[in-house]
Amino acid sequence: MKEEARLMKGNEAFAHAAIRCGADGYFGYPITPQSEVMETLQILKPWETTGMVVLQAESEVSAINMVYAGASCGKMVLTSSSSPGVSLKQEGISYIAAGELPCLILNCMRGGPGLGTIQPSQADYFQSVKGGGHGDYHMIVLAPCSVQEMADFPSLAFELAFKYRNPVLMLTDGVVGQMMEKVVLPEQKPRRTMEEVVKQCPWATTGRMGRGNSNVMTTLELVPEKMEDRNTLLQKKYKLIEENEVRVEEYHLDDAEYAMVAFGSTARICKSACEILRAEGIKVGVLRPITLFPFPKKQISDLAKKVKGFLTVEMSAGQMVEDVRLVVNGAKPVEFYGRQGGMIPTAEEIAESFKAQLLKK
Amino acid sequence: MTREEIIKPENLVYGKTKVLTDNIMHYCPGCSHGVIHKIIAEVIEEMGIQDQTVGVAPVGCSVFAYNYIDVDFQEAAHGRAPALATAIKRLMPDKYVFTYQGDGDLAAIGTAETVHACNRGENIVIFFVNNGIYGMTGGQMAPTTLEGMKTATCPYGRNTDLYGFPLRISELLERVDGTCYITRQSVHKVANILKAKKAIRKAFENSMAGKGTSVIEFVSACNTGWKMTPIKANEWMEEHMFAKYPLGDIKDTEKKHYVENNINAR
Amino acid sequence: MKREIVIAGFGGQGVLSMGKTLAYAGLLQGKEVTWMPAYGPEQRGGTANVTVIVSDEPISSPLLQKYDIVVVLNQPSMDKFESKVKPGGVLLYDPNGMTRKPERKDIRVFEVPATKTAEEGGQQKVFNMIVLGGLLKIDQVVENEFVMLGLKKSLPERHHHLLPANEAALLKGGEILKEIK
Repeated sequence: MKEEARLMKGNEAFAHAAIRCGADGYFGYPITPQSEVMETLQILKPWETTGMVVLQAESEVSAINMVYAGASCGKMVLTSSSSPGVSLKQEGISYIAAGELPCLILNCMRGGPGLGTIQPSQADYFQSVKGGGHGDYHMIVLAPCSVQEMADFPSLAFELAFKYRNPVLMLTDGVVGQMMEKVVLPEQKPRRTMEEVVKQCPWATTGRMGRGNSNVMTTLELVPEKMEDRNTLLQKKYKLIEENEVRVEEYHLDDAEYAMVAFGSTARICKSACEILRAEGIKVGVLRPITLFPFPKKQISDLAKKVKGFLTVEMSAGQMVEDVRLVVNGAKPVEFYGRQGGMIPTAEEIAESFKAQLLKK
Repeated sequence: MTREEIIKPENLVYGKTKVLTDNIMHYCPGCSHGVIHKIIAEVIEEMGIQDQTVGVAPVGCSVFAYNYIDVDFQEAAHGRAPALATAIKRLMPDKYVFTYQGDGDLAAIGTAETVHACNRGENIVIFFVNNGIYGMTGGQMAPTTLEGMKTATCPYGRNTDLYGFPLRISELLERVDGTCYITRQSVHKVANILKAKKAIRKAFENSMAGKGTSVIEFVSACNTGWKMTPIKANEWMEEHMFAKYPLGDIKDTEKKHYVENNINAR
Repeated sequence: MKREIVIAGFGGQGVLSMGKTLAYAGLLQGKEVTWMPAYGPEQRGGTANVTVIVSDEPISSPLLQKYDIVVVLNQPSMDKFESKVKPGGVLLYDPNGMTRKPERKDIRVFEVPATKTAEEGGQQKVFNMIVLGGLLKIDQVVENEFVMLGLKKSLPERHHHLLPANEAALLKGGEILKEIK
């Protein structure tokens, strides 16, 4: 049966999708602009239908540790928060990455640093793709730009999380979280039975259940030689992810002489800027990384052979632009335009900045 | 008699529970952890719940508890064990779930997780080993360090003007409505060990009966951290630790009158 | 067809829900829609506004600098948004409490005395439907029948007896609309 289109916020769609992809548990703590996630889950009462657990924890710290524990049991668990709360979660995320545990984390970014503002931002890019917590690790980072993607990505996120035994972050912002759009929700998948969990995750600490030996989930290894081996394995996995899981959206790039690079809501504004510039006869396209880790290195480096220059646009002081520059490696100019602290760039501003930085040279 | 003649099943007077692994414990001679591990493992065997139990290990001396107690285990970040136990029990309500935590883990960095897990009445068991000191990191001050007691970070004795007072966390948790059973035990004498074992069993049973959170505090000796011989440490514990942390049941919702009397007595 | 609309007023005037009604009607009519609020504590007592885009094509930016239609329901919103109407665009306002009339001559200006009408009829609850009725009379961004279908689908059954009052308010808004020249 085809689901009918509904009108809802990105945060609400995410909550519906979490239930529908068969998640076992959500653990969260209220923070603007993503509180609708837990509010929607509480209204929907999935514990009465699918059996999904929903719990308001005493802090983000506690919530992420609940996710660590749930994931250690092989369960499909998630949490959501916004920038300051995600900072608090970093310790737990480091443990989850070290334990190679599958889970989903949503960061609906707001302006920082500090308590900052509640308005949209993308200034948690570095935190999301470079690590964030202690140690060498990566999350898989998906950047939705629409309410439909907020509904579609949880299922993809869990698929990747279990495939690679790795935490997956959905990195979005207040625009996508708070905006309402048309959305067709995914179909309800059943939650896995305990037998299916044990089969899929033989490492899980489910209680021995006749296994004959005990499973232990620990990230402690006092022998440095062994700890280095663990790290090497992690890096191998990240390389594999980089080889196989890059996702991008290309917009008007076929005939483009210039490319904008932007993710999430900013990419949509760049599309509007692109329309403005094309109306003036300037051939611009947009490359939207859907995965921020793995970063679309090949796509950008191929583009660099074709276009005359890049404009990276972010709601930050310029974070992703560093990765774009690393890939382009000086072959073409890579300029930047950004707004900070909860300010959202307009299409007109972006178009002006593009002309000022790339056409007058 | 030869050695072979002696080692026969009919001559066996004591056997280690199968729920303890054969790994050699890293604990100092005289430490209470080994005994507490052993009696928890024995209760798990006696109750026949080895395959249905998930433990949560802390950061502290007992960080390697999972190397000794042979059940499925998760290693928590410092202080977060009650949050882990909450999720495990909520996601798998048919399991017995316990945390094993020291005083720094439970009563300092993990106070919020402890209080809120108890307040939600999570159907878990919290084993709380209180030796008044950070053992693993080399004998620093804990929230439970006694007034005047010397540690690496209060070398002239704990000054309550500067560092506050020894935290009686079990009494604090007694006032939290989600707890059903709070008791303070020790394992320095056989009679105490037997009492403690009963308490452990009761706590596990409470958790499966859905009565709420059970907390067992073990007042323990850290002879290394205290810089004493094991025997002297036990004597010091009886004299000083028990004065601040008296043994006995603090809360038992099945025995309301007893608990009220107990509160009045303090 | 693409209409870029902002609705602005005091928190509590039903600005956000009016935008939602409009967006939902658009969705039911088979159009692409976005509804983007200026969210946060602003909503409570201060000024609230929502950007609604209704389009036949997929919508890129949900945020705008200039609008085809600006609906303002208090003076601060008038001050903020009058300059953001595209030349030739529409400014619709409720004169209640306004101390300054719009000054621009390159746009079409309309008045809908919705507060007064709602109070007279004891119909404060459908105030924003009166405003919406005025808006749709100026520019049939969505058809009235889809507005009503949207309300029917979004209101719980026990509130369906309120539908006729809403429909009447929608029509009333069109009747009391006045172009200012």
